[in-house]
Amino acid sequence: MLKIEIDGKPVEVDHGTTIIDAADKLGVAIPRFCYHKKLSVAANCRMCLVEVEKFGKPLPACATPVAEGMKIFTRSKAAVQAQQSVMEFLLINHPLDCPICDQGGECDLQDVAVGYGASGSRYTEEKRVVFNKNIGPLISTDMTRCIQCTRCVRFLKEVGGMQELGMVGRGEHAEITAYVDQSVNSELSGNIIDLCPVGALTNKPFRYSARSWELVRRPSIAPHDSMGSHIEVHVKDDKVMRVLPREKESINECWLSDRDRYSYEGLNSPDRLKVPMIKHHGEWQETDWKTALEYAAGQIKDITTEHGSDALGALVSPNSTMEEGYLIKELVHGLGCGNVDYRLRQTDFRLDGKRVGTPWMGCNIDEIEKLDRILLIGSNIRNEHPLLAQRFRKAVDNGAELSIISPLDNNPLMDIAHKIIVTPNDIVNVLAQILKAMSKLQKLSLCLPPQLSELLEQIHVRPNTEAMAESLVGLGETVNLIAPKVGIFLGNMALSAPRFTEMYSLAEAIGGVSGAKGGILPAAANSTGMHLLGVMPASTGMHARAMLEVPRKAYLLLNIEPELDCQHAALARSAMEKADCVVALTAYKSKALDHATVLLPIAPFTETSGTFMSMEGRIQSFKAVVKPLGECRPAWKVLRVLANTLGLQGFDFESSEEVKLKIFDGEKPSDFARSRLNNNMKELVEIETKIKSPGLQRVGEVPQYEADPIVRRSEPLRKTKYNIKRLVRLHPDEMRAYDLVEGDMVLVTQDKGSTVLPVRPDAHVAPGCVRVAAAHEDTLGLGDLMGDISIEKITQEQADVFKSKQMEAQN
Amino acid sequence: MSTLKSETKDSKPVMTDLKGQTLITLQTLKEDNPASLATYEKLGGYEQLKRLVTNKVKAVEVINQVKLSGLRGRGGAGFPTGLKWSFMPRYYDGTKYLVCNTDEGEPGTFKDRDIIRYNPHQLIEGMAIAAYTLGAGVGYNYIHGEIWREYEIFEAALAEARAAGYIGQNLFGTHFNFELYAVHGYGAYICGEETALIESIEGKKGQPRFKPPFPASYGVFGKPTNVNNTESFASIPWILQHGGQAFADLGVAGSGGSKLFSVSGHVEKPGNYEVNMGMPFTELLAMAGGIWKGRQLKAVIPGGPSTAVMPASAILDATMDYNGLSKAGSSLGAGSLIVMDETTCMVKTLKRLSYFFYEESCGQCTPCREGTGWVYRVIKRITEGNGKMEDLDLLTDVSNNISGRTICALGDAAATPVLSFIKHFRPEFEYYIQHGKSMVDGQ
Repeated sequence: MLKIEIDGKPVEVDHGTTIIDAADKLGVAIPRFCYHKKLSVAANCRMCLVEVEKFGKPLPACATPVAEGMKIFTRSKAAVQAQQSVMEFLLINHPLDCPICDQGGECDLQDVAVGYGASGSRYTEEKRVVFNKNIGPLISTDMTRCIQCTRCVRFLKEVGGMQELGMVGRGEHAEITAYVDQSVNSELSGNIIDLCPVGALTNKPFRYSARSWELVRRPSIAPHDSMGSHIEVHVKDDKVMRVLPREKESINECWLSDRDRYSYEGLNSPDRLKVPMIKHHGEWQETDWKTALEYAAGQIKDITTEHGSDALGALVSPNSTMEEGYLIKELVHGLGCGNVDYRLRQTDFRLDGKRVGTPWMGCNIDEIEKLDRILLIGSNIRNEHPLLAQRFRKAVDNGAELSIISPLDNNPLMDIAHKIIVTPNDIVNVLAQILKAMSKLQKLSLCLPPQLSELLEQIHVRPNTEAMAESLVGLGETVNLIAPKVGIFLGNMALSAPRFTEMYSLAEAIGGVSGAKGGILPAAANSTGMHLLGVMPASTGMHARAMLEVPRKAYLLLNIEPELDCQHAALARSAMEKADCVVALTAYKSKALDHATVLLPIAPFTETSGTFMSMEGRIQSFKAVVKPLGECRPAWKVLRVLANTLGLQGFDFESSEEVKLKIFDGEKPSDFARSRLNNNMKELVEIETKIKSPGLQRVGEVPQYEADPIVRRSEPLRKTKYNIKRLVRLHPDEMRAYDLVEGDMVLVTQDKGSTVLPVRPDAHVAPGCVRVAAAHEDTLGLGDLMGDISIEKITQEQADVFKSKQMEAQN
Repeated sequence: MSTLKSETKDSKPVMTDLKGQTLITLQTLKEDNPASLATYEKLGGYEQLKRLVTNKVKAVEVINQVKLSGLRGRGGAGFPTGLKWSFMPRYYDGTKYLVCNTDEGEPGTFKDRDIIRYNPHQLIEGMAIAAYTLGAGVGYNYIHGEIWREYEIFEAALAEARAAGYIGQNLFGTHFNFELYAVHGYGAYICGEETALIESIEGKKGQPRFKPPFPASYGVFGKPTNVNNTESFASIPWILQHGGQAFADLGVAGSGGSKLFSVSGHVEKPGNYEVNMGMPFTELLAMAGGIWKGRQLKAVIPGGPSTAVMPASAILDATMDYNGLSKAGSSLGAGSLIVMDETTCMVKTLKRLSYFFYEESCGQCTPCREGTGWVYRVIKRITEGNGKMEDLDLLTDVSNNISGRTICALGDAAATPVLSFIKHFRPEFEYYIQHGKSMVDGQ
């Protein structure tokens, strides 16, 4: 520890601490623009100049490490004179357009100018003008306001993983710009708005819609991935105006993904459902809550009475709250039915009942950056958990070796040590190879259960897998780690693969051999919570897939658009069409719910209170930030009243907090989670490693801005480069094998459904795979996200005929 | 690339009058075909390198000789070279680097290019000796982007030295390896700043890094790196041949050796003059043929525009060495004298100089990026007849606010001419403001 003095106040700090960190620790305010605790030190704005005893000139506090006995003066005449002079320089070319600048009121430059600026300017020469840049639909630029602090440049390079902005030109002509004709495409791009200390980068969708001082800031939890990022929702006149990150070091630090930042635009979508609706003779009619609920309850009752309680199926969004999940489960069970499930994008349910507890991430989010070796299985991490990818990036920057096994060779914007790109089915074999190689390297083969050992005997380990295994046990290019910290994670593509059971079991075994932490990276905000609550079929019930394969007479839908949110779009669509009654609790009057019978308008997360459980088992409750729109009601209330109307007992909750109390039943929520989260398996399941898949396999990931009903309605996100037209993407080798060239139309068939799409070569797709993204109108005719698929080249005329037939069918 | 032969055939030394000069870094000038390896070897070239390497002379002995020589960095900062060498970590697990700074870009500087043009091998030997001493495996010579021929000459000399076994692997049959490369810059003045130069070598935009860490601990590619000026490196073989003391004895206290002075401006015979440190200015001026056209001396910028201008009265009694010029109110800098006669308008001259710094500021840090433009515009406004009396205090104030507040020394360099011009020639500025025209040329 070093003893220093700042403005006469003594403080002890660690070696290597900079003056600015020491001052922050002491609560001494030093003005700054370019310095940011999460970014590298640039020392270019010079605003933090301070006087240091025995130094002839002022020193930048951000870049100067303290030394024993250092006496620092932040408010001395010399220090203040230096700070004021820098302020003057910063302002000479800065436009005086605060009254029309969106940053006004929350502008670092404005704030610091109050303290260090003069009331008038000595600068009478011409001011600099810098042309604005179009960097995409999310961020608006006013480059004349830029003070060249390069926070945005450093963020995109260091946190975002790709330098999409840079400073070109010299001296006064230096300006921040993107690559020629390129936008900023980082899925974390919005953070540069928060970082920008002036109004050079502002929020494009929010622009000119409110002043910062008119906004009420309310805390909430981000609902689109399972990180549980903390957000601050800014509200004006009961309308969500924008979303900002709320600092939470152990989860989202001070960042937010663009999905969580801009999805709020979907809350104000024109197709929000504001009143209950009943379909009468094929026509939608608005009605009141009482009528709607009685009608819904009557329908459900009639069908379950006539066909048995088993005729009902409940499909629940994993983005719904724990309270909602609990109530719908209780409601369905109360009717004597076991058909309830939240796992809409899963096909393989063979693990049900085989696990000790609720599967989860297996470690904390902030542990990722401390890992030495990482294995990601079937995950397009930037698409699935954009902000979590950043933690992995930090790990790699810290020297971790990243191994990837996936059907897609996506660029995670970090160095990959080893990658094996194979079909989803072949992932199983690769994992078995790794297990075999690792158990050999760890000399642990005797410890494996005989069942597994036998299986591994037939496995032939290839050199690339061997190399990956060596990395995972700690062998390195220069240094071997004796006890590496290993993390093994299964992503969305693994979770929805038909061989998920094999992947999970082998990943568990590899984890056992290597002492790894890890588990699954569940897709949605409350996937873990739903599993924990058991929003899954009872022993006699049907899982999500079965409920669609063997259509039910009645469905109860919570917060979903079946054909977009389910694994098998075609199956979901036909099941809804065939059903006698579909009661949908939904925030939107969606085309996907045309076949419903009753629409009950529920409040999205901003208009209700509830609880999510994140991938790391963190239980986080939030309150409504605005009043429900129109006649919307929180889903927990709707479920409660629906249960009452159905005559069920035990649904007398007055608030979501009461539901929460009931769920945890007096236990401390964290204890509740702690005792139930467990990735271990009770018993080994039958594993098949040589899976014959003669045809092509679909890789059907869900694009990040299509993940749930709210985000797929956010106009700004739809305008980004991630919202691409649906294409069939094939490895160039497969293109040749099928005699296809770019732009050809192909008939894609899965199960009995098919669709027609143009084809494009994509070397990032594993040979043997067809990449067709899901959750889109164009792919509604298709089946499983991950499953067998066939393609056939057709002519443009045939394609036109197919499309007109499809149109007819829809009308 | 043209060969050395064709380059040297017509490259007769520009300065034939070598009387009174102490030729060290340009010692080959006395010979025909000065840039060739044969010429250099005839003068005992590469013998010092060979002696050190084959006799396994200890690094500390070499550094002691350099310290003894009193050699100070010839790029302008004047930091003692021997001391700088001692900062390099002796034990380091990895490659250490050596960089020669030939990014000579300040107006009035043209000495390093002549070393490359007429005596490239002495530079190469100097670098190889430094590499041996500091344990550097790889060296770069960063050559200013606006000089092409010198770059080609250096590449040709490198090829010669490589073929002769003076650079490369297992030199002189030992385990000493040294690979040396030429890097051609893009002409930015800022790349003469050592950390900006390092960034440029790494392929990045030439912008200075914040120091510390200094290059000795975090240089090229983040590895320990020693950066010296061309003339400094080229002095090394002579120092080791004749001993540090002999070099020191050439000069005066605090300024060892001889030094190349680039004399330009209003003299009869502009050019490079390599003379002993401590030579009286008047003597050097006489060597350069005196003030041209029989005019009177008005002022001299003694070390390049980043050093303070000196009125005739101050420079005439000064000696050309670090202490001498510092006592007289300026500094030696890179030894680039810009001589101005009585017809020179100091306001217009300052406008030109401030334009240079305005144009060459890298734009990274605030005071320099904003301040150089401000200063230039105010001076320009004065020369357009729109000056105000308070502009002079403003210029002084703004320059003081740039100076000492920036990441690198360019800020100080930009401020120095403004402050010194106004200090010494204030009446000329006041006249310009009052009358809207120059006191000197009436325009």
